[in-house]
Amino acid sequence: MSALAAKPQPGNTVRVVLEARKIVKSYGHVVALDGVDFDLRAGEILAVVGDNGAGKSTLIKTLTGAVVPDSGEILLDGQLVHFKGPLDARHRGIETVYQDLAVAPALDIPSNLFLGRELLSSGILGSVFRRLDKRRMREGAAAAMAELKFRLPSINSLVENLSGGQRQGVAVARAAVFASKLVIMDEPTAALGVRETGQVLELIRAIRDRGLPVVLISHNMPNVFDLADRICIMRLGRRAAVVSPKTHTMADVVGIMTGAIKVEGG
Amino acid sequence: MSSATPSAPEASAGLFSRTKAIPAVGPILVLLAFCLVFAITNPRFLAPHNQSIILQQTIVVGTLAIGQTLVILTAGIDLAVGAICVLGTIVAGKLVLLGYDPVLSMLFAVSLCTLSGFVAGALVSRLDLPPFIVTLGTLGILTAALRLISKGGAFPVQDDFLGLTGNTFRVGSFVLTYGVIAMLLLYAIVWYLLNETRWGRHLYAIGNNPEAARLVGIPVRLHLLQVYALAGLIYGITAWLALGRIPNADPNALQTANLDSITAVVIGGTSLFGGRGGLVGTLIGALIVGVLRNGLTLAGIDPLWQDLVTGILVIVAVAFDQLSRRRR
Repeated sequence: MSALAAKPQPGNTVRVVLEARKIVKSYGHVVALDGVDFDLRAGEILAVVGDNGAGKSTLIKTLTGAVVPDSGEILLDGQLVHFKGPLDARHRGIETVYQDLAVAPALDIPSNLFLGRELLSSGILGSVFRRLDKRRMREGAAAAMAELKFRLPSINSLVENLSGGQRQGVAVARAAVFASKLVIMDEPTAALGVRETGQVLELIRAIRDRGLPVVLISHNMPNVFDLADRICIMRLGRRAAVVSPKTHTMADVVGIMTGAIKVEGG
Repeated sequence: MSSATPSAPEASAGLFSRTKAIPAVGPILVLLAFCLVFAITNPRFLAPHNQSIILQQTIVVGTLAIGQTLVILTAGIDLAVGAICVLGTIVAGKLVLLGYDPVLSMLFAVSLCTLSGFVAGALVSRLDLPPFIVTLGTLGILTAALRLISKGGAFPVQDDFLGLTGNTFRVGSFVLTYGVIAMLLLYAIVWYLLNETRWGRHLYAIGNNPEAARLVGIPVRLHLLQVYALAGLIYGITAWLALGRIPNADPNALQTANLDSITAVVIGGTSLFGGRGGLVGTLIGALIVGVLRNGLTLAGIDPLWQDLVTGILVIVAVAFDQLSRRRR
């Protein structure tokens, strides 16, 4: 539950949680990332947008450890890190939510929330008999859901009895509970309907408000403008611009994405 | 927000439903229905003597079905259950005939069964071969090899230790064997593993959504390997229980073990698609198979008809599973 413990909001000084410098990644002759810079600030939702092939998914994979860049460096809380795989990034406090609902439908909500990180009973029951502490997991799950203000029919429901939005809510909550640094969401609402998308967006906002920064990859411009504090626009393997939804319109962002609007250095 | 959704329907109370509170309501009703029919048609069916026999007849299939449940929970299937068990009986019997220590012989036979499961598990988990093909191949290989070793014939196994699980004791007017206790003990242990430990939780997750299991960091391949090896171990222990039932090592024994164990698992409510079900249902399912075969025998019906009815039963059970899957 550590991640949900209140984190002090940094004052006016902007703290950078995750930074990438001059990341290069090529596949054969195809340069997917051509010296990308990236920064995620404490307490923000940073949207990453870009056309297909702009390099956003490769960028995200380098941040989650799924892809090792050819060159460049990644700094987490100012410290140089080298992720050799996704588990590496997770151990450093980076959790990822995927678009396909990465839950086990026949298991209940606490089992899904704690999947792979189940709590064991204290004492000999846990150390020798490896017994699960189901009560503590149930309470933990209920507390996490309450804290994120995510309402569910019953904490003991099987995930298959939940709506699509609620299921993804469980996956998002899992990431929020276990991430200590940041959460990366890769098209978290792509498989959902409009109303269900709304539920998940609320949840993402709640995570940000708890002080955990979020990287949101999305194709959905209205969602991006609804949620993001800053928008990182990728184009041709580079970061074309970082804009604020307050100063730029959707048309501006799409223009930068497609190259119709030229940006200095872009 | 989410509260607008009326609370999702709880698992419906259908015949083969798997409600959380009482996991095996459907199978228990089926078992009671069969018992009722047989009790009405034949007064001998309910006699303590016959009930004791049913329990003893359930030992082999019931214990094999534990391993089968584990494999099916991973969305696999094990067609080598009977063959691996027969391997155990023949190796243990042969070694004792050759004058080796019975305890060591049995241990060696059980290890060999575990190894068979391990090899099958390695092929399934490392080479991504379909469990159906791997275990079908194992069945063919073992069946042929065992006939070659035993030159096609069965031979008696007269040894106190190998026959130990056939020893009886009385509970009231019921006669139980050590084998019955061993079977129930195995059910309890594996039930604990499945329901109360991380290992079990991960097994369900893998059967349910292997990709999700991988994403949360569960070592899926290693887990599958462990499942098949554990199943092999259980089949090996079953070999010991089988020798207690019938002191005979027969390469042609347990021909219906696949059909019976799969029927027990599926009618017990475990889904062939993986990740749903459990051992309480399997125990009931094994009893259903046992009751069915016993009741039909009492009625003087040819064993081939028993296979036929069991075949129908397994298809009906899977049909229910498929229908409830469609509703989800």
